[in-house]
Amino acid sequence: MPKDGGIGASVKRREDVRFLTGKGRYTDDINIRGQLYAFFLRSDVAHGRLKSVDTAAASDMPGVVRIFTAADFAGVGGIPCGWQVTDRFGKVMQEPKHPVLADGKVRHVGDPIAMVVAETLDQARDAAEAIRVEIEELPPVLNMKDALKPDAPKVHDELTSNLCYDWGFVEENREAVAKAFEGAAHHITLDLVNNRLVANPMEPRVAVGDYEDHSGMHTLYTTSQNPHVIRLLMGAFVLGIPESKLRVVAPDVGGGFGSKIYHYAEEAAVTFAAKQVKRPVKWTASRSEAFISDAQGRDHLTRIELALDKDHNFLALRTETHANMGAYLSTFAPSIPTWLHGTLMAGNYKTPLVYVNVKAVFTNTVPVDAYRGAGRPEATYQLERIIDKAARELGVDPVELRRKNFIQPDQFPYQTPVAVVYDTGNYQATMDKLLELSDHAGFAARAEESKKRGRLRGFGIAHYIEACGIAPSNLVGQLGARAGLYESATVRVNATGSITIFTGSHSHGQGHETTFAQVVAEMIGIDASQVEIVHGDTSNSPMGMGTYGSRSLAVGGSAMVKATNKIINKAKKIASHLLEASEQDIEFKDGKFTVAGTDRSKTWVDITLAAYVPHNYPLESLEPGLEETAFYDPSNFTYPAGAYGCELEIDPDTGKVTILAFTAADDFGNVVNPMIVEGQVHGGLAQGIGQAMLENCVFDENGQLLSGSFMDYAMPRADDLPFFKVDHSCITPCTHNPLGVKGCGEAGAIGSPPAVVNAVIDALQRGGYSHIDHIDMPVSPARVWAAMHQR
Amino acid sequence: MTKVSMTVNGKSVSGEVEGRTLLSSFLRDGLGLTGTHIGCDTSQCGACVVHVDGRAVKSCTVFALDVAGAQVKTIEGMANPDGSLSVLQQAFQDNHGLQCGFCTPGMVMSAAALLADNPSPTEAEVRHGLEGNICRCTGYHNIVKAVLQASGQDVSKIAAE
Repeated sequence: MPKDGGIGASVKRREDVRFLTGKGRYTDDINIRGQLYAFFLRSDVAHGRLKSVDTAAASDMPGVVRIFTAADFAGVGGIPCGWQVTDRFGKVMQEPKHPVLADGKVRHVGDPIAMVVAETLDQARDAAEAIRVEIEELPPVLNMKDALKPDAPKVHDELTSNLCYDWGFVEENREAVAKAFEGAAHHITLDLVNNRLVANPMEPRVAVGDYEDHSGMHTLYTTSQNPHVIRLLMGAFVLGIPESKLRVVAPDVGGGFGSKIYHYAEEAAVTFAAKQVKRPVKWTASRSEAFISDAQGRDHLTRIELALDKDHNFLALRTETHANMGAYLSTFAPSIPTWLHGTLMAGNYKTPLVYVNVKAVFTNTVPVDAYRGAGRPEATYQLERIIDKAARELGVDPVELRRKNFIQPDQFPYQTPVAVVYDTGNYQATMDKLLELSDHAGFAARAEESKKRGRLRGFGIAHYIEACGIAPSNLVGQLGARAGLYESATVRVNATGSITIFTGSHSHGQGHETTFAQVVAEMIGIDASQVEIVHGDTSNSPMGMGTYGSRSLAVGGSAMVKATNKIINKAKKIASHLLEASEQDIEFKDGKFTVAGTDRSKTWVDITLAAYVPHNYPLESLEPGLEETAFYDPSNFTYPAGAYGCELEIDPDTGKVTILAFTAADDFGNVVNPMIVEGQVHGGLAQGIGQAMLENCVFDENGQLLSGSFMDYAMPRADDLPFFKVDHSCITPCTHNPLGVKGCGEAGAIGSPPAVVNAVIDALQRGGYSHIDHIDMPVSPARVWAAMHQR
Repeated sequence: MTKVSMTVNGKSVSGEVEGRTLLSSFLRDGLGLTGTHIGCDTSQCGACVVHVDGRAVKSCTVFALDVAGAQVKTIEGMANPDGSLSVLQQAFQDNHGLQCGFCTPGMVMSAAALLADNPSPTEAEVRHGLEGNICRCTGYHNIVKAVLQASGQDVSKIAAE
């Protein structure tokens, strides 16, 4: 049994009290004396030449302090991209300029043209309406395949085409894969769309810029998952401000899901403006603005092919994907369809040969970047869909086809043909657990019962693997990352024994303030209430890379463990001095330092007090104080995996799909707080089921966003979802981080879409609609009904 | 500008507002009660729900002047008089019914109104009753559990714990 408050306990979250009483401090809750309000005038056309921006009349409007246009930003850099992909011919990707405000052209609906700064938000908004903008409309580039035709209009005139890169992975396998297909007994092909999504954290983005004239200090309060990354990107590449003069604060942040990783133009604009107008400048996005300015997710078109031998062993896998980049390269956009997607195409399987081709394309749409799962949901969806299709075409059980081709429990560590090495896993165990928890054996009887009620019942299975805690830095550097992917922590032990931890990770719903404290409390043997977690402010935390990719505990937690071990080592030295014993003889357990084999001991507080009041202290060999910083750079990714099952019914009269049960059996390695892990899975499942059944980001033929509000973009609501059955008892601990943890944040969103679609196809085929072998997401009633009646 | 007065969380308050000032803005900017959140601009998300004369209202769709003289209750007024969490708030914490916390104030206010109308709702009634509040973090699982627990029902048999 876990100790109260220690590792493995479902400790209730300490952050909840402030959120439940309205005392959270989100960026929009910050108001600085004298602050002005910014409003962005945005392009209402998808593609056009910006002929003129006349701000004269608007500048005279009441309350207007200043209006900024591209000309004001002539002396600063553009919004940088953080990852450079090299294509299959060895050439680096095409990387367009990304000005803070549109310069010369507008490239998507929502592209910012001007920023009005005024005394009130209403005045800024009123003045924006008085700006006269002349745009010569150009034909928009929207369809990815059309965008690559030689005569297609170009999104960026300075590039040779709309192709960002043509990536092959593993390029050396291309011929071998083609040969394997030639000789294969079975060749399964599937064309599918991974629908574009909008992350939609409930808190829209906000940025408040402040500038202190006498010190030259800039402060940016922003809704970010990684304030240090924003400081580096904005300071070094856009505004030319040294880190020492730029503080970035991300206070309570209301969800991110990837969309708050990136450095956005509005952050640079308000930081820049605050210095120009010598007053704080605040910008708060409306939801409508979020829909056209937050980086979006997914948007892949894929053909996937699977070759099998006569005994149904997977021989080779080949994919061709078009990945939408949108109008500009968002911070990590190029890495998503490549290194976070191609490397996962082996899935949980022994497929010896894999070739992945990805063409990344510029279009006149909102930029696309990581969204919960980022590349891995796209990989998992294709793979788990084609395996299901193969099982149907070959007339075999989809569970058995997967089991036969799984990497077996005794094959770890396992070198995949797509570069990565899985350290641990047991996919048979997670599959067993899923079948047990979902009462798979009883499905036939339940299907029969549904049939009597005139409903079509289906069961869909998917197994996923993901790579989390992307690392190590020297490898990602070779792959094109322009950043390291370590994490940091400073553990500050205070004189009377309490501990303050400064972490480079950022919590925006994940509960780090609770779970990180659990880990350190257990290591030291003190009560978790004595451990405080501080995050989200570059002025007090060491340089960190923030939170995304399910990395916080695996990477940030490891840094914290490393720093805490340094603390324990030093504390033992102090104890050995006070106890006049050899350091090797000091045992540390439950907050007590004891000379081995004796009853002589010192408490934790004896030691911490001695460190700060060093009257009896080995000053000649040891510094006073008890504070340590560690940076942890992982040696490998972590590989969570799991089996997901969806049971649903279709109403044949309407095509409406209702999920009756959803079961998730995950292997996350060791778990610090089961309650929080389960909550993470629930949220991921809702987003994955949302993608599969409801959500779709749609542009019309002019590039206007049709799904631009919560009235048009179907967010999952309470009555769209069932209670979930989740389990994380199948544990193969990660072998290369000190906690043996793998990460759980994205799993639900990765494993659930194929389980849902597989279940829909299963229901339809069982119901006699044998001509339906695929329906693209979202499997809306209209799409299901249309498929049923298309014979 | 017009003067508006109302009772908020039991205290008489007043302020100068424009005709177009929304109740949500008056609460946040005028009174500094930033627990009421703005998550959308189409009255869809429910992060701004408060009680006006005991009824749940999306404060982003009401002008401040329209509720002159009314009794308004916000998330800041939901704890017990001694400052401890109310039964409903405690149920949210006990069941991990919140993650980022942004939808939480509106969710608690809607759930409180739901329970006032229907003290022992079924799961389906809770899900339907919270349909006007969007949460992007929890998948609603633990929110629904929290509301059922707050109504005095046994939630220990609900999947996965």
